[in-house]
Amino acid sequence: MKANDGRVISAGFVPLVDSAMLVVAREMEFAAQEGLDLRLVREASWANIRDKFAVGHFDVAHMLAPLPIAINLGLGPVNTDVVVPMELGLGSNAVAISLDLARTLSDIGAIDANDPASAANSLAQAARLRARARTGRQRLVFAVVHQFSSHFYEMAYWMAAAGLAPYRDIDIVVLPPPLMPDALASGQIDGFCAGEPWGTLAVGRGAGLILTRKANIWRSGPEKVLGVRRDWAEREPDCLAALIRALYRAAIWCDEPANRPLLASLLAQPHYVGLSVELLTQVLQRRIGNSSDPVLRDDGFVFSSGAVTFPWVSHALWFYSQMVRWGQTAASGDAMMVARRTYHPDIYRTALSPLGVPMPAANAKLEGALRTQTPVGTPTGRLVLEPDGFFDGLIFDPDNVADYINRFAVHTRISSTVR
Amino acid sequence: MNSKPLRVLVVDRNHVRAAIIEEGLRHVDGVDVIIVDDLSLLMRRVVDADPDVIILDLENPDRDMLEHAFQVTRAIRRPVAMFVDTTDTALTEAAIDAGVSAYIVDGLRKERVKPILDMAVSRFNAVDRLKRELESAKSELAERKTIDRAKGILMRSKGLDENQAYQLLRKTAMNQNRRIAQVAESLVLSFSILNDEDPK
Repeated sequence: MKANDGRVISAGFVPLVDSAMLVVAREMEFAAQEGLDLRLVREASWANIRDKFAVGHFDVAHMLAPLPIAINLGLGPVNTDVVVPMELGLGSNAVAISLDLARTLSDIGAIDANDPASAANSLAQAARLRARARTGRQRLVFAVVHQFSSHFYEMAYWMAAAGLAPYRDIDIVVLPPPLMPDALASGQIDGFCAGEPWGTLAVGRGAGLILTRKANIWRSGPEKVLGVRRDWAEREPDCLAALIRALYRAAIWCDEPANRPLLASLLAQPHYVGLSVELLTQVLQRRIGNSSDPVLRDDGFVFSSGAVTFPWVSHALWFYSQMVRWGQTAASGDAMMVARRTYHPDIYRTALSPLGVPMPAANAKLEGALRTQTPVGTPTGRLVLEPDGFFDGLIFDPDNVADYINRFAVHTRISSTVR
Repeated sequence: MNSKPLRVLVVDRNHVRAAIIEEGLRHVDGVDVIIVDDLSLLMRRVVDADPDVIILDLENPDRDMLEHAFQVTRAIRRPVAMFVDTTDTALTEAAIDAGVSAYIVDGLRKERVKPILDMAVSRFNAVDRLKRELESAKSELAERKTIDRAKGILMRSKGLDENQAYQLLRKTAMNQNRRIAQVAESLVLSFSILNDEDPK
């Protein structure tokens, strides 16, 4: 432990590659430069993060992007108010399937991993074949990392385009990502969606292959965010602003290619992610996926470029739309307002304005409208936004959430029409 | 006894701790204890045991899996995390500090569960204390060995007897405001560097 007389901030994290910004803010002393003593506490589950956050052991935490919305909507067991003033970069999720399922799919038709629509259609046919099978499981089982994870909503969105509703047509289980490759190899599950390196490891062990990637489903959906107790954010606005600046500098540091080898060795330490330096280097150098799918689109881990740390209100509302779509919560004006006021671009703007960071003029955007890198005007300079398209070409308008939800023919909504 | 015993499932890979918790819960009235220390097929074991209360440690990475399964599977009565009832904040905090989480079948009366959780929390704390005591005993033993080596070095190089060597270490430690073990360690290290020895 370094000597540090700064303001103490206690932060919970789960040992995943996208805890990088928190680790770097501490280890490269970006937090210390802001006068903060950022203490990181490693946790074994998101349930632990949620519970310790609720009793006040943590001021802030590394959280799955939809989790704060679920907590604020009262979908979990605790009552805490969480605000999200920052996203923690873009991940690199992959949907991997077992070799057995891959054989069924290739019998149905060629698998083109860059054509997620046809991959989903083949999967739907495989699910129907399985339902009629006389031996073995009659339902496909897919694993995700958590019920309130971007992995779940992205995978469900993709499958649903081919008519498959999670839980109704396909079983969903939750597993810790390190167990997923083995569960795939043993036939316990037929597929999973997890961040890297778990997809790559499953391929490397000969347990499966990668059917599609997150970047092929929703190009710019956030993975993890910074969750902050609302009471702490209100009591310590300066402290929070300092933390956001430290994390922002950490994000820029993480994206510098020359720093990636050092980042890999920082994360490799057993009290952080605890994977081998070699594996982490591979993941962070974007040399991931197997050689047979070199064209498979993958953006790797992106921490700062393209305003990926900006907490778009449209991200929160998209997650809300999918929670309603899959019957996790009932649609209401109040619930939508809860989701909307979970993400806080205002805190982000205030914290980073002293740094002259180029920022988008709006707090929400049409999700899926950007096909290519797009320069946008900002009050403080030029900013290039990354493509944010959905694979089916649909556009999410945050000002028209009800219509968006109603247009999905495949759903398990609580009420048939959302107003 | 006016109702059937509560079935308490304790999930813990740490065999020693599981045994200590089991022993404690046997003293709570109206409780049947079932231990699971093999986490493969955990969900199957939960379904078979049909527990009223599930106790597991916070280091268990399967919490997310269990919570999800409790919500979606129809094979079990639906346990909920004990934190639903946040009226007893002190107990919740004590449990989290001790490293325990608990799931309780919905509708179970709180007064029936409280003695079980109190016992689990106190046993978790006891195991933790034992572990700390063991660690400190181990490091004390290692320190004593280092002090013995330092005394040996002083006796050989300065021609002191054992007591004089110890007094010299003690005086140095006092002057430098350090612990005797720290002074001994520096001495052993310096000596081994000067003599090209491995300090271990």
